[in-house]
Amino acid sequence: MIFDTIADILTGVFLILGAFLSLAAGVGLIRFPDAIARLHATTKPQILGLAFVLLAIALQERRISTILVLLLLLVFQMLTAPVSAHMIARAGYRGGIIAPESLFVDELGQAIDDAPQEQSEPTKSTHPSQPAD
Amino acid sequence: MNEWVFLAVGVMLTSASVLALFRIIQGPSILDRMIASDMLLTTMICALGAEMVYNSHTKTLPAMLVLATTAFLGSVVVARYVSRNSHS
Repeated sequence: MIFDTIADILTGVFLILGAFLSLAAGVGLIRFPDAIARLHATTKPQILGLAFVLLAIALQERRISTILVLLLLLVFQMLTAPVSAHMIARAGYRGGIIAPESLFVDELGQAIDDAPQEQSEPTKSTHPSQPAD
Repeated sequence: MNEWVFLAVGVMLTSASVLALFRIIQGPSILDRMIASDMLLTTMICALGAEMVYNSHTKTLPAMLVLATTAFLGSVVVARYVSRNSHS
């Protein structure tokens, strides 16, 4: 009886927190100036906001089968959301959409600068007559 | 449960979706549109969950799983497309 009341209150709090994270991501999506900053804003509700909503569902439907499906959904989202955000940011860097002046630390640029030298040096040493493409 | 909680949740999720739609329409690059549509799909997943809490059923759990899969596949495909176009 008293547990149901506490679960209802916690459900409302978790739902409002998840919806507020989505709203904050929407405001950041409009107001931030750069693609990287917008990516930073929108990756917050992808895991934490979804986790709040799933907690609210689990508090209302307290069965082991439902909670297992919710756990599967959360683990799946935690596996796939960082991969997709990483792919989008990397494609933006490679495609020149992200301005290099907006980056304070550019480790991927150093890695790209180092990579062709490591690949072209063995080919030059083994085939000195062929021009390097 | 209190109806005002669900009203506030619905207003916040709806305005987040509208803001994401603005960014999809207005976005200067394809990556901005992809980020915004990712966020729109996440908002849809959250809205499906909130509707399940409101009506106290669990029938749309598979739809939430399918939406999560679609968001991942779509963003990865668009990222590959953009990076391949920049190289060639």
